[in-house]
Amino acid sequence: MTTTEETVAFPQSRSCPYHPPVAYDPLRQDRPLSRVTLWDGREVWFVTGHRTARALLADQRLSTDSTHPDFPIPTERAQALRSRRRAALLGWDDPEHNAQRRMLIPSFSLKRTDGMRPRIQATVDRLLDAMEAAGPPAELVSAFALPVPSIVICDLLGVPYEDHDFFEEQSRRLLRGPTGEDIEDALARLEGYLGDLIDGKRAKPGEGVLDDLVARQAREGGPDREELVQLATILLVAGHETTANMISLGTYTLLRHPERTAQLRADPSLLPTAVEELLRFLSIADGMLRVAREDLEIDGTVIRAGEGVVFSTSLINRDDAVYADPDALDWERTARHHVAFGFGIHQCLGQNLARAELEIALGTLLRRLPGLRLAAPAEEIPFKPGDTIQGMLELPVAW
Amino acid sequence: MRISIDPDVCMGAGQCALVSPDVFTQDDDGFGTVLPGREDGAGGTLVREAARACPVQAISLGEAQAPDR
Repeated sequence: MTTTEETVAFPQSRSCPYHPPVAYDPLRQDRPLSRVTLWDGREVWFVTGHRTARALLADQRLSTDSTHPDFPIPTERAQALRSRRRAALLGWDDPEHNAQRRMLIPSFSLKRTDGMRPRIQATVDRLLDAMEAAGPPAELVSAFALPVPSIVICDLLGVPYEDHDFFEEQSRRLLRGPTGEDIEDALARLEGYLGDLIDGKRAKPGEGVLDDLVARQAREGGPDREELVQLATILLVAGHETTANMISLGTYTLLRHPERTAQLRADPSLLPTAVEELLRFLSIADGMLRVAREDLEIDGTVIRAGEGVVFSTSLINRDDAVYADPDALDWERTARHHVAFGFGIHQCLGQNLARAELEIALGTLLRRLPGLRLAAPAEEIPFKPGDTIQGMLELPVAW
Repeated sequence: MRISIDPDVCMGAGQCALVSPDVFTQDDDGFGTVLPGREDGAGGTLVREAARACPVQAISLGEAQAPDR
């Protein structure tokens, strides 16, 4: 652990959209644990070592309860929500978390997500048909990266896709809104919309996951309406924002690594390993948060009850003790055991769906558009700031 | 080797079935389960990798029991 007078500030923006912030570089020498300073001046633990991260993420003495008075708040705007709102699934420890998750596990199994592949492929093909008919050029975020996961999650949950402008905008505000009031307003609108949708499903059931949850409520008495609305909110937001960012940033990264892209085009059987490597390399959810509910010791260091812990996904996934030459994009490596989806009880519920979407979206894009290229200087294409999920804001392409 | 999955710990992430589909699968409810007849690992090279990939460490790889016990 460093004892320098000034600790590094967290979060910081990346200089290159696919590499960790340069400012975190000194912390790489300092694995597995450092200290960083949050916007409010508070110092918290910063986990950067892979083995330590896996142990701590599996340790339920670290809590995700965002209403805990000592829970670390990463941005000023997130402060507004902290004490009043607690996201379903992610905001709860076991046993409450487990009860919520168990209702959803069957809908996100490998078999179920594999069964969705033909429909995902059809969606991808239809969007690329439209993009090819209208271009080149195209703006890939709005034409492809966002609509693919948005259509897929609507299909799965039973949310009408024609409302996508509304919920995509509220999700954007929820994750990147300029102020706490803005975030609260976005959340209230989303919850209002999903509450109405759920009430409608009670009267006229459909076939999505939300319909199943409504039916379960009628049959077994739970979850109650508020819990249902909160589950629907996190499933809808997490279901499209994250994958959209992986598609846009993944495409940008591929176009910046022409040799790797040529390998993938020549041998599409590399796709599943390539997706795993991109998940490791890009680490788009960079900074998972916990608070210690009791004292615990790890690697000779004591984390005290009430201390905040931030997991640096991007540095953990570039731990050279686990991944040789970690800053290189390499389809030959086994990127397995990365923590891009987290680890422990909160590991991403939708990870199998995300893998299917990424394999199909990126694989089809490369196959159908062999001349795909950036339509603006790479350094000028805007990407998201460090205080939210990483990804491209825009991605102008031609072919 | 004797593979078992603790059903109270498993949370259906599906990583075992993803990493080592010749030994693990998910049941209709999405929970991990060992394929019938593969409880000894069936020589699967990725069994240990699958156990390591489990986010809640629900998989145990015990020593095979003596057959005449």
